[in-house]
Amino acid sequence: MKLSDLTQHAGEWLRGSGPMSETVISSRIRLARNVAGFNFLTKCTRHQRQALEQKVRQVVLDADLAPQTLYVDLEQAPDVDRQLLVERHLISKPHAAAEGARGVAIGQDETVSIMVNEEDHLRVQVLRSGLQLTEAWEQISKIDDALEDKLDFAFHPRFGYLTACPTNVGTGIRVSVMLHLPALKLTGEIEKVFRAAKDLKLAVRGLYGEGTEATGDFYQISNQSTLGKAEDEIVEEFGRVVIPKIIDYEHHARKALVSEKAVALDDKVSRALGLLRNARLMATDETLLLLSHLRMGVHMGRVKDVDLRTINELFLLTQPAHLQKMQGKKLEGDVRRAARADFIRARLNGR
Amino acid sequence: MKCDNCNKTATVHLTEIKAGKKIEKHLCEACAAAAEGLPVKSHMPINELLTNFVMAHSGMAGKEPQTLQCDHCGMTWADFRQNGLLGCPNDYAAFERELTPLLQRAHDGATHHVGKQPARRGGTGLAVRRHVDVAKLRKELQKAVEGEDYERAAKLRDQIKQAEG
Ligand SMILES: [Zn+2]
Ligand SMILES: [Zn+2]
Repeated sequence: MKLSDLTQHAGEWLRGSGPMSETVISSRIRLARNVAGFNFLTKCTRHQRQALEQKVRQVVLDADLAPQTLYVDLEQAPDVDRQLLVERHLISKPHAAAEGARGVAIGQDETVSIMVNEEDHLRVQVLRSGLQLTEAWEQISKIDDALEDKLDFAFHPRFGYLTACPTNVGTGIRVSVMLHLPALKLTGEIEKVFRAAKDLKLAVRGLYGEGTEATGDFYQISNQSTLGKAEDEIVEEFGRVVIPKIIDYEHHARKALVSEKAVALDDKVSRALGLLRNARLMATDETLLLLSHLRMGVHMGRVKDVDLRTINELFLLTQPAHLQKMQGKKLEGDVRRAARADFIRARLNGR
Repeated sequence: MKCDNCNKTATVHLTEIKAGKKIEKHLCEACAAAAEGLPVKSHMPINELLTNFVMAHSGMAGKEPQTLQCDHCGMTWADFRQNGLLGCPNDYAAFERELTPLLQRAHDGATHHVGKQPARRGGTGLAVRRHVDVAKLRKELQKAVEGEDYERAAKLRDQIKQAEG
């Protein structure tokens, strides 16, 4: 598999096929691990950092963790490739922007990614479509076992898995669910979700993780504490209690919109579709917002002639690096916005 | 004073802060050695431990935290406070007392790891039995019995026996 093979379609997590996919885009679990006998990256020399990257790369490739594993050396990769991986949620923004020896292994239809030399030596991620936290936990725990067969992880009986930042110590787990909550946004009730999440000590972030604004009504909700609670407890609490409550809340808001504001709702959805089918210049944020409204319309049965797979793919393929990779050249400003609008029109008008 | 666990004389007195609550433990030498992961392992009398705890909280610990340094990687407490990232796994031991209140704030009062453990521990090559959640197995056993899946129930019973044995 080559990196350019990825640009043509969306990864498994965007297929829109998983459970609860009308509200839950994806479920993600990541584990932070560090190799015993090495300093954390803040205190690694250039040479140690390289040695670590080579050691972990070898283990990841030899361990046969996931079918068709592709390893990308991020120190060598061009900007657009690193950006592409960020857009596909396979690496973090800081990992793309960092310097020095580092990489990422990607496998099994992009459900698995292992960042090497990010904030910790290893950041293992499993990303699946819809609400599939239990499945994701089972998958990632097996990968963790396979890695641990070959690597000694820094561990302390009291503190658990040791991480560069003490906020990740213990299980090193971050469980997050990406939610699409357009009705709660439209009805102005999204603030209540934020407050409830805060009370439950959960973090709410935008589409691309830490420090990003919520665009297009997408919200990432994740656990913050990693010490004193077992992994399956966190996963269970999320999958069976927290997320279903929010989903319920969004469904109520959608019903309320239909019964109380059907015309305004249809207007929103139709405008979105009209703009997407006709506009000649499209910015990234505007695209996200319009696609968000269209997605809601399709799920609520207000739009019949657009399929969900097309919308889900458009979310990804209209991102800057994807557009540029598909066209095979650098695109900026109005040229890029025009290319985006052309691409959307072609897809939505069935060409 | 008698040991909390057995009837021998307690010689080790520990104060543990868990979820913001102070828990006092009085143990004999043998039980204290057997108890893993207790934050303080010494014969210091309780009031001295408490004083240390208070001083750590008010930033007046015995050794001035600003000059505290990990002798393995050279990370100083002051550096860590500025950047938020530690330098090496040993920092957790080197700054254990200073880190504890910080961890409690970040992790909803928790001070001890619960959950998965590596089969081999941190380079020692020492085999450690993988953490098995007996409570979870019992729940599954109950479900299996209710569902009259006796084959599965028998398997689960064996697993529980093994985990407890
Ligand atoms: Zn005793
Ligand atoms: Zn250190």
